Amino acid sequence: MTLKDLRPGESGTVTGYRGHDAPVRLMEMGLIPGTEVTVVRLAPLGDPMDLKVRGYHLSIRKREAADICVVKA
Amino acid sequence: MADPQPLRVALAGNPNVGKTTLFNRLTGHHQRVANFPGVTVERVSGRLTCAPHIDIIDLPGTYSLTPRSVDERIAYDILTGHLERKPDLVVCVVDAGNLERNLYLVSQIIDLGLPVVVALNMVDAAARNGLEVDAVKLSDALGVPVVPIVATLGQGVEVLEVQMQQVPPLPDARQWELMDAVSKRVPELSAALAHEAPNLPEPQVFMEVLHALAEDMVLESWRTVAPAFAAKVQSARESFTKRNVAFRHAEVAGRYAWLGDIVRQVTTRNTGPSTISDRIDAVVTHRVAGPVLFLLLLLLIFQAIFSWATPAMDLVEAGVGWLSSAAQSVLPGHMLTDLLTDGVIAGVGNVVIFLPQILLLFFFLGLMEDTGYMARSAFIMDRIMKRVGLSGGSVLPLLSSFACAIPGIMAARTLDNERDRLITIMVAPLMSCSARLPVYALFIAAFIPQQQVLGLVGLQGLTMFSMYLMGIAMAFAAAAILKRYVIKGSQSYFVMELPPYRRPRLRQVAGRMVMRSGVFARRAGKIIFGLSIVLWFLASFPKVHPEGMAPEAAAAIERDALLQQADSLMRPHTDAAGGLMVGAEHLNLELARSLEAQAAEVYGTVLDSLRQAAQSYQIRNSLIGRFGHLLEPVMQPLGFDWKISAGLVTAFAAREVIISTMGIIYSVGDGEDSVALRDALKADRYPDGRPVFTPLVAMSLLVFFVFALQCMSTLAIACRETGTWRWPAVMWLYMTAIAYVASLMVYQGGRMLGLG
Repeated sequence: MTLKDLRPGESGTVTGYRGHDAPVRLMEMGLIPGTEVTVVRLAPLGDPMDLKVRGYHLSIRKREAADICVVKA
Repeated sequence: MADPQPLRVALAGNPNVGKTTLFNRLTGHHQRVANFPGVTVERVSGRLTCAPHIDIIDLPGTYSLTPRSVDERIAYDILTGHLERKPDLVVCVVDAGNLERNLYLVSQIIDLGLPVVVALNMVDAAARNGLEVDAVKLSDALGVPVVPIVATLGQGVEVLEVQMQQVPPLPDARQWELMDAVSKRVPELSAALAHEAPNLPEPQVFMEVLHALAEDMVLESWRTVAPAFAAKVQSARESFTKRNVAFRHAEVAGRYAWLGDIVRQVTTRNTGPSTISDRIDAVVTHRVAGPVLFLLLLLLIFQAIFSWATPAMDLVEAGVGWLSSAAQSVLPGHMLTDLLTDGVIAGVGNVVIFLPQILLLFFFLGLMEDTGYMARSAFIMDRIMKRVGLSGGSVLPLLSSFACAIPGIMAARTLDNERDRLITIMVAPLMSCSARLPVYALFIAAFIPQQQVLGLVGLQGLTMFSMYLMGIAMAFAAAAILKRYVIKGSQSYFVMELPPYRRPRLRQVAGRMVMRSGVFARRAGKIIFGLSIVLWFLASFPKVHPEGMAPEAAAAIERDALLQQADSLMRPHTDAAGGLMVGAEHLNLELARSLEAQAAEVYGTVLDSLRQAAQSYQIRNSLIGRFGHLLEPVMQPLGFDWKISAGLVTAFAAREVIISTMGIIYSVGDGEDSVALRDALKADRYPDGRPVFTPLVAMSLLVFFVFALQCMSTLAIACRETGTWRWPAVMWLYMTAIAYVASLMVYQGGRMLGLG
């Protein structure tokens, strides 16, 4: 399953990225394999997502979230 | 003895960690900003108040040193000494409440081989959220001094200042482990790069190798400078891909693994379920309340700009008028006095007058940035912005462009996607900036009737609002078209931190507002100052003397016209003279006196008319008038006569100049006496008696101003920001074309509907 499939309030652990071209920026922001992530909420129009990662709030679009593999906690 | 070479200290850190606050604390708000305002996008430097031999450079806030956005490039170039002498010390400002991600940048800077001091900021806020950081342990783990501070309150800043004056020893670089598969290839790649770029210091070689492995953009940039190295990186990447090695993660994973351990050792966490910031977000980004709040805020800002600024603007207007007449009464009646009052004071006054609005706009933008709301507006708007080919990150640059496209274009630097940045720059000038405002105000006040629509809103206000809407709609359309057909590049993505809400500090917001507005006013003032003088010359020369130009046919015709006019004006005078005779005959003194006064009055009117006719004759034959006449055939389909055309020519330098030009052409002195100009515009007639300005012509002109790119400074800044003349040229052409076609449609369409 991917990060995109998590619903608001649900958490998971990042296991990896699909494909090799995932933006390095996402990883630099701390979304690397082994990181715990919580979907806090979605933006009013359903996209982007508000995530809680490493103690701070990060916003990414669902399209990027669909490339991040997670295991639901 | 003071060191002849000042000690250079760079202030680095993630965005929103209180870097600017610390900078202000250290330098006592005495910053020197090079060039333009924006969100710390230029080199900002200052001297340490307590030790003036220390020069502090405020770097743009970045999350990493991998040069992806312009900001990251600037930070990297300053730290590596690519732009100027390398800093002697780097103070890394770190948010104690968000240690792990903040230390990522610190670990990169340590690896560059620079002495580092960590300023552990916002320890108070972290403590309130149940997070304690052990600074001593952190210092041991990183191998650099760590000073806990609260920049907003000034706590710990003195300790930091002392620490800055004794540069610590170099920390050990590369304390983290790169994954084996990648690590094995590094020596070979480093050797290749060092061979082709012999001037690169060793620590930088290592960083460049990592960047080239992870980022295609960096790899591409090496292809011409170091082709053998680039080829080696390419083949290394291919072999990694074949063996399924996640080489792009290598650096990030290695650093975070190291930092994760450190953070676990040095922090104790007893966090509650939710922070205040989380609770605010539940409302501000709520499905319904969020967008409503956003719209209300925009309305508030517009309301403030358009009505709250009015008293201040009236004050400025009065002041400029007073100055002009004071100068006129003190100085001798000379051509240079005219130049000073009609040219310089009037011209500069035209810029100063909308400074109150710009101040207000910058104040609100500063408030939005400082509280953290700006990021939420991007979060709320991203979906819509994505639709038209932009991203949530474009919200700030586009909002800034309502004040002025220049800070807007500068603010686009924070976007990491080059394609998004370029598109944002290309459409930013379509947002109605404050320079259009006086033009809108003049023509709307003169030609749009003061009626209520549905008993609610004024027609004039509605027209003003629709000007702004038109600009926004066209910006969105242009962005979509540019993205689809013109500007190619990588798929845009949106990765943005939602920083915790903070109470804004008015002093900082106000300081930044004054600084940005000041830079804007100086820049605009310089241009307007020069242009006003040029304009005044263009309107005053070549000097023509109706009586002395008999040989020229044109002049003769003109003189005939003048004579005819004089004749028609004199006729009532003759009648009055006749009446005077009659009165005298009847020895009716009373009547005679009143008729005498009447005659004198008529005589005065005749003189005034002649003087005015001579002046308009001068303008028509001046350089500016000739320009206007040259352009008239092209502009006629839009409903513009030679005077408007001449005004437009001058407005291509800067929009608001059209008001000065019209003022000079209609010889009502200058632009700031807008009532006189308004009346003159309304009264102007073609020779056949039709009015020059109808509401339809005014609409056509307004629409032209919404779309046309009439601003040299915008072109100059776009050139600087895109590094080529190509994009500003495209920008100018497409906007002018839209302006022409839109005005043509308004005017011709309106005529077909029988308006005007």
